[in-house]
Amino acid sequence: MATQRVVTATINGRERSFLCEPRQTLLEVLRDVLSLTGTKEGCSNGNCGACTVLLEGKPVVSCLVLAVECEGQSIETIEGIDTKDGLTPLQNAFLENAALQCGICTPGFIMSTKALLRDNPNPTEEEIRFKLAGNLCRCTGYDKIVKAVQDAAQRRCGSGCGCNG
Amino acid sequence: MLDFDFACPTSLADAIEVLAAHNGSARPLAGGTDLIDYLRTGRLSANMVVDLKRIPELRVLTCGDNGLTLGAAVPCCEIYGNEQIVKNYSALSDACSIIGGLQIQSRASVGGNLCTSGPAADSTPALIALNAQVQLVGKGGSRSVAVEDFCTGPSANVLQPGEIVQQLTLPAPAAGSGSHYRRFIPRNEMDIAVVGVGASVTVADGKITAARVGLGAVAPKPLFAADLSQWLVGQPTSDATYKEAGERARQIISPIDDHRGTAEFRTHVTGVLVERVLREAVARATA
Ligand code: FES
Ligand code: FES
Repeated sequence: MATQRVVTATINGRERSFLCEPRQTLLEVLRDVLSLTGTKEGCSNGNCGACTVLLEGKPVVSCLVLAVECEGQSIETIEGIDTKDGLTPLQNAFLENAALQCGICTPGFIMSTKALLRDNPNPTEEEIRFKLAGNLCRCTGYDKIVKAVQDAAQRRCGSGCGCNG
Repeated sequence: MLDFDFACPTSLADAIEVLAAHNGSARPLAGGTDLIDYLRTGRLSANMVVDLKRIPELRVLTCGDNGLTLGAAVPCCEIYGNEQIVKNYSALSDACSIIGGLQIQSRASVGGNLCTSGPAADSTPALIALNAQVQLVGKGGSRSVAVEDFCTGPSANVLQPGEIVQQLTLPAPAAGSGSHYRRFIPRNEMDIAVVGVGASVTVADGKITAARVGLGAVAPKPLFAADLSQWLVGQPTSDATYKEAGERARQIISPIDDHRGTAEFRTHVTGVLVERVLREAVARATA
């Protein structure tokens, strides 16, 4: 067995060190080593987007990232989204628009949407559908997710920074 | 996933050293969107994975009067996020913006797409259209090959054991040039090309003065349509030219039947796409 490595990364704003084998994916380490089970495993081959997290601010599928690649980098997961005041406008938009049924796809959609709205605060419906094509949902039929994203784009987080939370 | 060791060199010399020490059993890692899946499913194996993303030479992206220099590990999102590339190397940004979804584009690199050497790779016909040269480096030194000579068949290329792609260089487009890449897929996004076409043209006084056409997913490797590109020189920028070019492209391909499309369908679509891609490239050249 290849030696385990110590990897230090900033996870949801907090510096953390963990042990992992080179062959372990970031998804495995988040769930099985760090107990951050909000990130979901759908396909494990990069097709479904359920495992989406932000790595250095960019949306990535954590099943196609080796945890050892993340040394010194920042990772944001669904657990880092909410604030001490509760759910963010983006999460509320998903909730209030009933943009989920089983919920397996939701953490991934929220993380991709966060990146999408950061780069494009007022996307058209077509842009939303195109940019979120890397996230699959087998329950909702997507319309409610698209509506939730449009709704989230109208909301602003309370901190005055202009982001959608 | 089978066990492997991991190295993350920060210099080109160290990377070459560690790759050479493993004599072909080490796998270079850029975006990992192919490699990690292949290692997990056992399609490829490795004793050692070498992450190349922290090597400055593989992360360069300079775009100016001398052309474009693109480090092999630069991810797609940095390419279509660069206004100069979008303007002067449109075929490449077109391809990078439709490879996978957002999450894949954050990681997948053009160098990696080339090294996986899939016949349907989206960025390769664009690179062929834009006349890219591939700089390779290994223990024995460096060398350069034209991008159309890089792939030799499905998943096969000219890389020797221990050798890696360092960067791609694309010449600056002449005045009056435009380029485009487009593919046919049964879905709207997130799919593999049934046919992909890249073209660049230079236009003066209503005539094409230079052209390069690259074809993907219609032969064992991405093709440079050399005779067709030569034929286009001197032709008027007219619908008749694009139609004839499509017809000529159909003659040089050797597509297969698979679940994405039959050879007959691919042959038909190749002509249609060549026509449309040339029309758009000319429109961009004259905009
Ligand atoms: S589990 Fe990672 S994309 Fe499906
Ligand atoms: S809510 Fe079930 S997969 Fe999306």
